[in-house]
Amino acid sequence: MEVIEPRLDTIPRLVMRNAERFPDRPAYREKEFGIWQEWTWKEALEEITALANGYLALGLEEGDRVAVVGRNRPYLYWAMIAAQMVGAIPVPLYQDAVGEEMAYVLEHSEARFLVAGDQEQVDKVLEVQDRLPALERMIYVDPRGLRKYDHSRLHAYKDVQAEGRAAHERFESELAERMARQDYDTTCVILYTSGTTGRPKGVVLSNRNIIEATKLSVAFDNLTEREEILAYLPLAWVGDFIFSMGQATWTGFCVNCPENASTMQTDMREIGPSYFFAPPRVFENMLTNVMIRMEDASALKRRMFNYFLEHARKVGSRILDGRPVSAIDRLKYALGNILVYGPLKDALGLGRIRVAYTAGEAIGPEIFEFYRSLGINLKQLYGQTEASVYITIQPDGEVYPDTVGVPPEGVEIRIDEKGEVHYRSPGVFVEYFKNPEATASTKDAEGWVASGDAGFFDNATGHLKIIDRAKDVGKMADGSLFAPKYIENKLKFYPSILEAVVFGNGREYATAFINIDLSAVGNWAERNNIAYTSYQELAAHPEVYAMIEKHIEEVNRSLAEDEKLSSSQIRRFLVLHKELDADDGELTRTRKVRRRIVEQKYADLIEALYGGKERVSTETEVTYEDGRKGVIRATLEIRDVRTFPPAKSTKEAA
Amino acid sequence: MTSEAITHGGAMNPEGDGWVTPDGRHIGPVVLEVKNITLRFGGVTAIKDISFDIREGEIRAIIGPNGAGKSSMLNVISGFYHPQEGEIWFRGQKRPPMKPFQVARQGIARTFQNIALFKGMSVLDNIMTGRITLMRSNMVDEAIWWGRAEREELAHREAVEKIIDFLEIQHIRRTPVSRLPYGLQKRVELARALAAEPKLLLLDEPMAGMNVEEKEDMSRFILDVNDEFGTTIVLIEHDMGVVMDLSDRVVVMDYGKKIGDGPPDEVRNDPQVIAAYLGVSHE
Repeated sequence: MEVIEPRLDTIPRLVMRNAERFPDRPAYREKEFGIWQEWTWKEALEEITALANGYLALGLEEGDRVAVVGRNRPYLYWAMIAAQMVGAIPVPLYQDAVGEEMAYVLEHSEARFLVAGDQEQVDKVLEVQDRLPALERMIYVDPRGLRKYDHSRLHAYKDVQAEGRAAHERFESELAERMARQDYDTTCVILYTSGTTGRPKGVVLSNRNIIEATKLSVAFDNLTEREEILAYLPLAWVGDFIFSMGQATWTGFCVNCPENASTMQTDMREIGPSYFFAPPRVFENMLTNVMIRMEDASALKRRMFNYFLEHARKVGSRILDGRPVSAIDRLKYALGNILVYGPLKDALGLGRIRVAYTAGEAIGPEIFEFYRSLGINLKQLYGQTEASVYITIQPDGEVYPDTVGVPPEGVEIRIDEKGEVHYRSPGVFVEYFKNPEATASTKDAEGWVASGDAGFFDNATGHLKIIDRAKDVGKMADGSLFAPKYIENKLKFYPSILEAVVFGNGREYATAFINIDLSAVGNWAERNNIAYTSYQELAAHPEVYAMIEKHIEEVNRSLAEDEKLSSSQIRRFLVLHKELDADDGELTRTRKVRRRIVEQKYADLIEALYGGKERVSTETEVTYEDGRKGVIRATLEIRDVRTFPPAKSTKEAA
Repeated sequence: MTSEAITHGGAMNPEGDGWVTPDGRHIGPVVLEVKNITLRFGGVTAIKDISFDIREGEIRAIIGPNGAGKSSMLNVISGFYHPQEGEIWFRGQKRPPMKPFQVARQGIARTFQNIALFKGMSVLDNIMTGRITLMRSNMVDEAIWWGRAEREELAHREAVEKIIDFLEIQHIRRTPVSRLPYGLQKRVELARALAAEPKLLLLDEPMAGMNVEEKEDMSRFILDVNDEFGTTIVLIEHDMGVVMDLSDRVVVMDYGKKIGDGPPDEVRNDPQVIAAYLGVSHE
């Protein structure tokens, strides 16, 4: 085992190092009572130590699990670090989980202590406490509404700290001994994956995993103690743990916690983070808000906005990537920066961004380009809890909307014969907690982990492209790759397409069901004087069909450019007469298409798509919101779409 | 029960010094008592010979059909109307006829059935107005600003921020009230009333026109206010579920008369109350 000098192999030791090296630099900020409250590293260490001593006074043992649940607050980060200090293992939970989901994780992790943000979380746990024999004590941060609760097993955070402060001499040596026993292989945290299929699994990550992943990412983007981040994503998510715990303690930068979830935008503007992560949805919402507000601006402002945005689209990302741009264009961009981009970025709270990341799902290329053209260094990464986040990252200057980048130093990637991505890195998890079978089926003896995602390295850029979940990927009849999700995502980037389901596994060619977006297409219909009375009528309108056909044609053209995917161009499609609905079981509650169910339910339509017919009549059972069932009858048109020859003549052999 | 000794006549407090509710809240001695109140508007008698008491720390509901005189009763307590007959005893003393602002200074705050906020002002400024009765600096101080006025404003702002935090309205701190949805405006009104740090809080239909979720939120806030600050609350409400869940004792009014008074369960099963609500003809 390598020895790190001085020992910086646990998060509590990193905090101690920071308290010595940057005693007066801000470590945590939280907006409360309208003011940013601040704790320096020295103060943070004092708070954490007080809580750690308090835990000892309450009898927390080494190896015990401490569940932590609530919105992002410094107190909860301290609760995790204090737990590590006494040799316990923090288990952060999703704060919006309902009682049942929370019960499962608490039960499975056998948490002895729980630190909750407020009454809401305490209530949720009390509701299911009968199932949690291991849970002994609960500690709450915000005392509101909890004063009258039975306090035999319930403690106020401040009281536990006060107890710890009073008893610090009694526990000093105990704490030091426990800390001395911790090293790089001590468990740092157990993170439960939300799990789209089956029960959540507890991913055990050691100090080595977290700190090594932190080091490689810090080196990749040159993060320093001067960064400012906004901690607003769930504590239980591995990304937040790496950013707000790993990177923050390693570099010594400041973690800023918003006042509450709904003030995030304002708080972000006040802080002006230099390093920022958000899922695509957040970037989409921000853009939509800007566009809506610009609609209400005066004509002059609107024209200026549109003019400079157009210019940014042309040269913005080239300038960001350091590619050649003419002096005139540079000058115009600089002017645009003063008049439009600067103020706009400032309004969004992105004025000081040095590096921004998005990940989790596919981001629309227009949205991605919009932020980049403003000079915001928005990049994508690909990660998993099991990898302590990082599998691939886009390097500065090599950013493409449809790839996820290259493995950073220390990460190895292998793609197996089925197209599934495997990786190995120092961040690779230790095991699934109390689940050796799942561990064995995910991680092999040499430390390679099956990601469950299918992908390939793009020849032109050398970057990894993730196309789909491995289990959904199939083959066309000619043996070439068929990745429905990848094509569906491309289709869904068009605002008029709400949902798309692409078929083609084992078939000669690919076909698609399309769901139009009623608000976008309805708006378009109004502006073009197209009258309609129902969703069904609008969906069947020839003009709508023409528009969708054009979109699919564009997607086909882009698929043709990729030799691996060119044979899955969509040859025929239809627009469904009803919206796919979670009430009918066609979507999950999180709006993901249930492919198998759609295939069964609309078997007649799929047959028609492959049967060469131009029209098909169908009957569909629907469930109304009040639970009654009804039947929709419709005759749907099926259209052929132009396909394109593959860009390269060499077609991949099966 | 409470440490505060309150002097009052024996007749005012027939049930002793209070009790503890099943959920552990302390109900103290009587703080306010209305005795034989009659209120007339010309020939119309809005309130007819009503007496009841309000105990420290309790949530007291006033219910009744439309036009029963509930809001008039609240206006009598808040000093807006002056009854032709009857007495009001507050903290053991008979209250002389008072202007609303004098009542407010005694520690009685209220919200209104139809929201009465300053529409163009921000949420923060609206809540600040609730502290006017507590402000001590005079016009000269305000004009000079530095020193006394500044110190005072900071202290008041801090108190207001605590209320903003308490009612979870941080995100609308700077928003003009007119731009807020109805449910939030109601919450701002509650915030302004709380800013006066009242001993007794009068809520006139705090949940009128709200959806289920907003009602749940408001109910929780009312309970939290009562629990956290020990504020005595009188509320008028039509939603029976809310009344039954929230209140410790209920006064029922019909056509200006009191037809019932007691714990929610007792009142609910009172045939007279049922008749008033369902419109059954009296024998």
